[in-house]
Amino acid sequence: MKYWEKPFGREKPQVFQGSINIFKDRCKGCGFCIEFCPNNVLDFSNEFNKKGYHPPEIIFTKKCTYCGLCESICPDSAIFVIREEVK
Amino acid sequence: MQNNAAHHPMEKYLRMDRMPHIWCSSCGLGTIVNSFMKGIKNAGIDTNKVAVVSGIGCTGRVAGYIKLDSYHTTHGRAIPFASGLKLANRDLTVAVISGDGDLFAIGGNHLIHAARRNVDMNVICVNNFIYGMTGGQNAPTTPLGAYSSTAPYGNYEQPFNLVGVAAAAGASYVARWTALHFHRLTDTIKEMAKKKGFCFLEVVSPCSTVFARKNKGGTGLDILREYKDRSIIDHEADPQKIPLGMNGEIICGVFINEDRPTFWENVQKGIEKRVVKTKNYKVIKNRESVV
Ligand code: SF4
Ligand code: SF4
Ligand code: SF4
Repeated sequence: MKYWEKPFGREKPQVFQGSINIFKDRCKGCGFCIEFCPNNVLDFSNEFNKKGYHPPEIIFTKKCTYCGLCESICPDSAIFVIREEVK
Repeated sequence: MQNNAAHHPMEKYLRMDRMPHIWCSSCGLGTIVNSFMKGIKNAGIDTNKVAVVSGIGCTGRVAGYIKLDSYHTTHGRAIPFASGLKLANRDLTVAVISGDGDLFAIGGNHLIHAARRNVDMNVICVNNFIYGMTGGQNAPTTPLGAYSSTAPYGNYEQPFNLVGVAAAAGASYVARWTALHFHRLTDTIKEMAKKKGFCFLEVVSPCSTVFARKNKGGTGLDILREYKDRSIIDHEADPQKIPLGMNGEIICGVFINEDRPTFWENVQKGIEKRVVKTKNYKVIKNRESVV
């Protein structure tokens, strides 16, 4: 079946994608970023950092929507996101 | 996608040579500092014109970590220092960031009188319900029945309701958030930075190491989850009627936002009345406009 027009006549809205940077050795393993990421992009990794905590790792890179929540909530400035241009 | 050469956007605003900070894992203080710096940034104020004063305690360490003019005062004396700072240099935006013990126990009198006089400053009180740094003694905010080092059978003392005290003392802006509401916290701090008069903000924050351990609260993460369930935003609430307890709702919001003449405006009015009849008035007035 073919539509003569896309729904509402518009292109699909552009979604930002974020690229996540983690400073593993700054992390204190509180888990705030992992718990409150709305897209469940992060999870605890199995490795230990210098301080003996488990820093987060990225499990779904593509799902990050650059909401910046992890960056705002991290008490140790250990994670931040940069906007990637296109998706 | 890990790039350790990149710079975190907060690095510009923190004294990175002092990092990592001493705050425990899953303490809410780091989040609050981030929100504070973002709020100041969003307010568009020149960061050279912002001064931060703090007292003693875990929260008192804030003054040492942020890259602004800051001063770490003796216990409880953050507000008198900040009042002097503001009156001597009225271009400054003065913020006091300190804990519940520092502001309401040791410095309790200073707080109510600065609020009464409506000295133009922003007071951010991080409420973690206990004296964290000194090992978990009972604070004036410890809820009834909560355990602490000095209350092994549970606290018998009625705690302060911080927003109620600030409102009763006459603060022109009174708000409460938790460390979980970091976006709203940022907006409130931005608003406070631009507002004249005594602004009071209570931030309920998890103390994972002491308060949570004594009260079987789990980690800071468990407490944030609890805040998510317990907090309700109600800007219309009466600050007198929303005390915090071990359980029950945490009513958050901006409860009072009104304009009253500040201390300095009243001082000026007083001086003007007094000297208006003397021939030196012009001289004094000119000097005023220069200052
Ligand atoms: S930016 Fe948002 S979606 Fe991306 S990892 Fe952080 S919290 Fe998750
Ligand atoms: S919020 Fe920061 S300190 Fe906590 S686990 Fe995530 S990266 Fe680590
Ligand atoms: S003792 Fe409590 S308030 Fe102090 S840094 Fe540790 S968790 Fe935070």
